[in-house]
Amino acid sequence: MTAVAVTSGAAERVPDRRPPLGVRLSALVLPVFTGLAVLYLFLPIAVMIAFSFNDPAGRQNITWQGFTLENYATIWGRPDVTGPMVNSLIVAVVATLISTVLGTLIGMALTRYEFRGRNGLNLLIFVPMATPEIIMGASLLSLFVSFGVQRDLTTIVIAHVMFNISFVVVTVRARIAGFNRSLEEAAMDLGADEWATFRRVTFPLIFPGILAAALLAFALSIDDYVITSFVAGRSITFPLWVFGVSRLGVPPEVNVLGTLIFVVALLFIAVQIWSQQRAVRADPAPRPAAR
Amino acid sequence: MTRRWRWVVPYLFLIPGGLWLLAFFVVPMLVMASVSLQEGSLGTGYTLTWNFGIYPEMAQQWAPQFGRSLLYALIVTGLTVAVGYPMAYTIAFRGGRYKNILLLLVILPFFTAYIIRTLAWKLILADNGFFLGSLKDIGILDAGFRLIATPIAVISGLTYNFLPFMVLPLYVALEKIDPRLIEAATDLYASRLQAFLRVTLPLSMPGVFAGSLLTFIPAIGDFINSEILGSRDTTMIGQIIQRLFLNNNAYPEAAAIGFTLMAGVLALIFVYARAVGADELTRG
Repeated sequence: MTAVAVTSGAAERVPDRRPPLGVRLSALVLPVFTGLAVLYLFLPIAVMIAFSFNDPAGRQNITWQGFTLENYATIWGRPDVTGPMVNSLIVAVVATLISTVLGTLIGMALTRYEFRGRNGLNLLIFVPMATPEIIMGASLLSLFVSFGVQRDLTTIVIAHVMFNISFVVVTVRARIAGFNRSLEEAAMDLGADEWATFRRVTFPLIFPGILAAALLAFALSIDDYVITSFVAGRSITFPLWVFGVSRLGVPPEVNVLGTLIFVVALLFIAVQIWSQQRAVRADPAPRPAAR
Repeated sequence: MTRRWRWVVPYLFLIPGGLWLLAFFVVPMLVMASVSLQEGSLGTGYTLTWNFGIYPEMAQQWAPQFGRSLLYALIVTGLTVAVGYPMAYTIAFRGGRYKNILLLLVILPFFTAYIIRTLAWKLILADNGFFLGSLKDIGILDAGFRLIATPIAVISGLTYNFLPFMVLPLYVALEKIDPRLIEAATDLYASRLQAFLRVTLPLSMPGVFAGSLLTFIPAIGDFINSEILGSRDTTMIGQIIQRLFLNNNAYPEAAAIGFTLMAGVLALIFVYARAVGADELTRG
């Protein structure tokens, strides 16, 4: 308390507008806490990257043995690693294409048209996002078993499109809802028909939203373990492979692939930020308020 | 297209995706409900016997796992609010020009695979791994101390994995608050704490609700964290569903447990939809 008394005494002589020490310290608490929380979020990532360069003695990659780049070199020649990765990429690309098209169409229906059954559709889109994955996986397995459907990459794609659609709708919808309808009206006033307006005005404007939705769908698809484990049959995707080998101890290959995926994601984000900034610089005119 | 047929357009847009969701989300749920009421075995085939008795039977047999999942999910939701609220608050009100970068930092770790993140936690919490091993070597921790295979490990894994689902909706809710409302409160002689409790907190409640739903629901059905970080004493209901389905081929039992969980989740969603309105649900 003396410290506070001294500062306030000083304030009488010099007009010092700095708040007392206690307030300044408490103002530091939140930023410091947030900084620590961010560090906590990155801890497993740091560990993953560090141990991708580890040179473990056996299969147990849990203590630091020595630095090596070998893990990054050997991984490409191992079909047991690359096979599931290729499967995951095929599934993710196909599921992303289908779900982006279907979800974008629903997003447009929801934002630009009035129709009966709107609440029902909203619920049909929301409930899958809020359903635990294990239940979606179990119910799809019930369906495929009951109808004697062979489970392979096709059933994985069916499942991935299903859980992706909702996320695409929500992402695209947010983008369409934020845009200025008068631009379309202007195009129509200048003699463009509906299709030309869509192609030349609407689509370019909502394209960033569609791209973001597609990236999200791809990320969700390539990462999915739970639902895939139910509908995969004998096919193995990357997460299924990781889970399988991790039962015997996590080999460094898992960390290598995790690190590579992380780096690719970073590159995507960097490109997106860069293209956004370029768009802002190319169009320095003041924009209408976002809201 | 003539004006008369314009009402068809939205339906053309929503039918392909809507049918996909009906066929591969709604129908499978109904099939699962039907499977839960069947009796038989893989060899002899199943027949629908309307065996409703399986529900109380399963609820009783797996009561500890149901209870544990509920308890863990509640604790995890509480922890993510406790950690996520100050984070979202700081980013929204103190972030300044670094807001977007801070938000990016929050989601960036989640661009690695879920399983790999969880396996990294296994490494961090391992008995003689890098962290606990070092602490044991310098004598801070007892040699017998362990985190892996305990409920603490499972709960901290779940908390880690679902934290962004809490931070993002909280941030959206806090960002929307007009700072002039808080200024008005302090001008009217509210202390900073009072202004927070009477203005900021109530206005951010939609974010708390949304974040809680987005955290609680995946947490209660999760089985990765318990499978990787836990032990037999931390078994959650998701693991039971998966084992009965995939290892034991006990379809009716697994379907009954799955449908019970789904019914609970649906009840939660309907209460929530009543509170905030169905259109708000998909607004994201």
